[in-house]
Amino acid sequence: MKSKIEEIKKKSAQEIEKITDLKSLEELKVKILGKKGELTSVLRSMKELAEEERPVIGSLVNEARDTLEKLISKKEEEFKKYEMNKKLEKEKIDITLPSSKLKRGSIHPLNRIIEDMEDLFVSMGYDVVEGPELETDEFCFKRLNLPEGHPARDMQDSFYITDNYLLRTQTSAVQARTMIANKNQEPIRMITCGKTYRREDDATHSHQFNQIEGLVIDKKERNVSLADLKGTLEVFVRKIIGANLDLRFRPSYFPFTEPSYEVDVTCFKCGGKGCNLCKQTGWIEVLGSGIVHPNVLKINGYDPEKYGGFAFGTGIDRLAMFRYGITDMRYLYTNDVRFLNQFDRKDEEV
Amino acid sequence: MKLSLNFVKDYVDIPEDLDVTTIAEDMTRVGNEYDSAIKLVDATNLIIGKVIECKSHPDSDHLHLCKVDIGTKILNIVCGAPNVREGLKVIVAQDGAKLPGGVIIKKSVIRGQESNGMLCALYEIGIEKKFLSEADKNGICELPENAPIGGNPIEFLKLNDEVIDFDLTANRGDLLSILGMAYELSSIYDKDVRTPDLTHKEVGEDIAKEFTTEIETENCKLFLTRKAKDVVIKESPDFIKNRLIASGIRPINNVVDISNYVMLELGQPLHFYDNDNLGNKIVVRMANDGEKLTTLDGQERELSKEDIVITDGKKTVGLAGVMGGLTTEVEPTTKNVIIEAAIFDSVKVRKTSNKILRSEASNRFEKGLDPARTYMAMERACHLLEKYADAKIVKGMFKYDVTKNQEKKIEIEYQFINDVLGANISKEDILNTFKKLKFETKPKEKSVIVTVPTRRIDISIKEDLVEEIGRIYGVDNIQGKLPVVPMKQGSVNKTIRRIEHKMSDLGLNETLTYILINDKEVRKFTVDKFEPLKLLDPITEDRNTLRYSMIPSLYKIYEYNKARENKDVCLFEIGKGFYKKGEVYGEDQKICVLMSGKYYNKIGYNQDVDFFDIKGVAEELLDFLGYANRYSFVISKQMPQEFHPGQTAEISVNNDIVGIVGRIHPEIEKEKVFVMEINLDKLLAKKVGKMKFKEISKFPVVKKDLSILVDKNITSKDIETKIKKKAGKLLLDIKLFDLYEGKNILDKNKRSLAYSLTFGDQNRTLNDEEINSIMENIIEDLAKSGMELRK
Repeated sequence: MKSKIEEIKKKSAQEIEKITDLKSLEELKVKILGKKGELTSVLRSMKELAEEERPVIGSLVNEARDTLEKLISKKEEEFKKYEMNKKLEKEKIDITLPSSKLKRGSIHPLNRIIEDMEDLFVSMGYDVVEGPELETDEFCFKRLNLPEGHPARDMQDSFYITDNYLLRTQTSAVQARTMIANKNQEPIRMITCGKTYRREDDATHSHQFNQIEGLVIDKKERNVSLADLKGTLEVFVRKIIGANLDLRFRPSYFPFTEPSYEVDVTCFKCGGKGCNLCKQTGWIEVLGSGIVHPNVLKINGYDPEKYGGFAFGTGIDRLAMFRYGITDMRYLYTNDVRFLNQFDRKDEEV
Repeated sequence: MKLSLNFVKDYVDIPEDLDVTTIAEDMTRVGNEYDSAIKLVDATNLIIGKVIECKSHPDSDHLHLCKVDIGTKILNIVCGAPNVREGLKVIVAQDGAKLPGGVIIKKSVIRGQESNGMLCALYEIGIEKKFLSEADKNGICELPENAPIGGNPIEFLKLNDEVIDFDLTANRGDLLSILGMAYELSSIYDKDVRTPDLTHKEVGEDIAKEFTTEIETENCKLFLTRKAKDVVIKESPDFIKNRLIASGIRPINNVVDISNYVMLELGQPLHFYDNDNLGNKIVVRMANDGEKLTTLDGQERELSKEDIVITDGKKTVGLAGVMGGLTTEVEPTTKNVIIEAAIFDSVKVRKTSNKILRSEASNRFEKGLDPARTYMAMERACHLLEKYADAKIVKGMFKYDVTKNQEKKIEIEYQFINDVLGANISKEDILNTFKKLKFETKPKEKSVIVTVPTRRIDISIKEDLVEEIGRIYGVDNIQGKLPVVPMKQGSVNKTIRRIEHKMSDLGLNETLTYILINDKEVRKFTVDKFEPLKLLDPITEDRNTLRYSMIPSLYKIYEYNKARENKDVCLFEIGKGFYKKGEVYGEDQKICVLMSGKYYNKIGYNQDVDFFDIKGVAEELLDFLGYANRYSFVISKQMPQEFHPGQTAEISVNNDIVGIVGRIHPEIEKEKVFVMEINLDKLLAKKVGKMKFKEISKFPVVKKDLSILVDKNITSKDIETKIKKKAGKLLLDIKLFDLYEGKNILDKNKRSLAYSLTFGDQNRTLNDEEINSIMENIIEDLAKSGMELRK
């Protein structure tokens, strides 16, 4: 009996070894281990054995059965792995083919820089406010200390719709609106960004352009001064235009401020050495600024004896051109998708 | 304003060691920008020579071979000038000389003849032709016999001047004069200012005996007349001519030049009339509408009642503040001159000069004048006419003066100055700065009373004085800091910004377009009722109107890109549309989207943008803004004709139309171009609840599919509405998952739509019977409307 079991084991192991596909293996498994299998019949014939031999033979059968089961399942694993590999091989793709995706969108460079400026000033406690582009003479000029007859109000410089309505020539109009809206004469810290319009169109001037305007008004005792204006604009220039730039305050004239200053910044292009962009001076005129004119305070409901502050403004188009190295202002408005598509990623953090 | 340094040095001593650029930069620092700072004649290696021999070039009909004595040697020079001749003293540019315009003179051979330099014309060394006499325009410069051979011709001609061209601010009219510039420079370098020589003799009886002046308009504030007899018209002395040239004015003759010279020197424009042509009367009045005048430049001008004119009592002889008339011009034959020095209303002069002609004179009148200077200029002109035109000044002066020529006194606290500037300037420094400015002061303990000189008409309030201190003390000396104010949170409405990012994330390029369009475009893509806003004075007719819809703007951008073969144009922009409705002028913020070409890229997927892509963008936006389940796309009865009638819908939120989406009509655009516009002001005014978590149901959902066969003219929306109504609250979601029209449906007018319905309840598991009963109800209801179940 012992030898019979050995023989079955040996023969079956050889048969398993020879099997080449999963289906035959299943059939063989039934033949060897199934109810009608050879090993089972050995077990069945055990009752003919002596009582004391039975456990010995039983364990031999079980051991043979274990061994064969292991061989079969090992073979099974091999076949499954082979099948899987075959399947995987079939499913292999060229991973260098292009991906599937929506067209990539973009944010216009001007709005990118506006967003950064807004965030910067909000972080310093400024409110971002908005005003209409279709303005009245009153807010665009009169309330900014530009009485009738002032040269800056000439028809030739502005797009008038009627005698009273015009496209705003400057975001400063929002200064007056903010002061008027502030009925309790609370302190003001605001900026506004937006489109402005002037009646000129040439290689360096677009009839439509963008400005940022800032206004700070506080109680006289808090003494918001020229030194504060300087410090604020230093932060603005170094965060938005370039960290290593110097500023030069040059006395100037604007009707809404007194004293007034134009602010030059180290030439972006040559770093101050002198080039054709800065006309060899090393400086680029960037901002207009000054201490709010007492007339402007008065006209807009603030007592100049009790309140004071500063205002500043600049064109954004040129800042955007500098930041992104845009060579021609017209790119900003022609909207060639080959231009727009280039503004499709995250900016550096400001 | 061109500043001749030679001219200003008459009145102020500028430190000798400063070059012209340093002076210009110093002026810039106190607020006076400049465009250029250059030598009047920017040439090197020039020397005075004498032509000792002049022969014709053997191989040329116009060149000459010259031997030129320059003192140390004789040079052979080939010269083409028609006026070169033996014995002539000339300007020689020697080998290596640098001339304006980058010209460098080198030894050369001209048609076989050696040439060791160049004989120069004045325009070749940098004097513009417009300033030169006919002879000097056409030939080399002929130096007088007394020119020293071997000497420096620039110094000999007194052309060794330097010129700064300033770009002045509008308020500093006082700097449109050499004397004003002298004061400005004196305050920078802490120097004294000399006063002009006004002395002259007087002859005869008072001018009032023979000449009358009448002022009939309040737009004339100050009017002075004097008479200069027996003038001798000739060329001006070199210093006058050179200073005029340096200042950009063409010399004419001594009398005309003196009027310009005084204007440059003192900032007060003068006018000289030929007394014999004028007669013995001047009347100043407003012009009549349609009145005509031929001005000095020979042009006939039509005037209006807004223009101030000078008349001889009968006919108009000059346009006040702008230009004189031709008939009373000073000519070579002029013997007697009437001198006018006046102040006219600056706004009136500006309006007239804008209309007719801008001149050196009008520029000064526009900025405002100091009456003290008007008197000074009159006497200065008399002084110069006597000295350089042999004039005899008739006794007396006609004077009309309604100016309130009072010196302004302003009291200012020292602390105020420091508060505004944020500085800590001592009392002594403040007083010293006023002294440099030549402002008289009366110091008190805490404040100072400052007397503002009449020349500084720009200064009227104490803030103006703060600016003066800041200017001269130096802004660079003030340290920047941030304001010390109570901390407060800054605010910004981020909705628009978020929309921009959403649209960009959806694959659209943000554009920035012009709001000005052609009036022919303004009513396109809309059926709204409004009055378009047209510009009174457009630059071009192509941009003469403010847009109402943004679609024309974006469509233009599409066309621009199409013309450049740029495919796949998917754009958006947030901007304004403008209108007049009733009496209200207004503007609305809108978002506009345009899509064409490929939007989704996947290998094997080759579909261009269709209606459902742009509808998807619209829904993405509305869902993002919180309007989910509150909007619908409806077919309008009144569609703008620029849209495809079968592929366009109005966008309705809360049953209110907020926008439109659809394809551009194939008659306008044969490519498939889809556009959408939503009025953001209108949309965002509709309130949205807070974003709030909704408990996730713990109970399973039941899914049922429903395939129905309907007439093609029944919309998916119709079917969905019916299903939802019958299904009730238990229906959580309904999705169309299949659409079929084709040969498997026998009736050609029908199509099949298959929906997946999801049922569920927050609090329990649904049982089969109730779902089946709901489904039966739905099917029964659909059948009533001819929508049958597809088997």
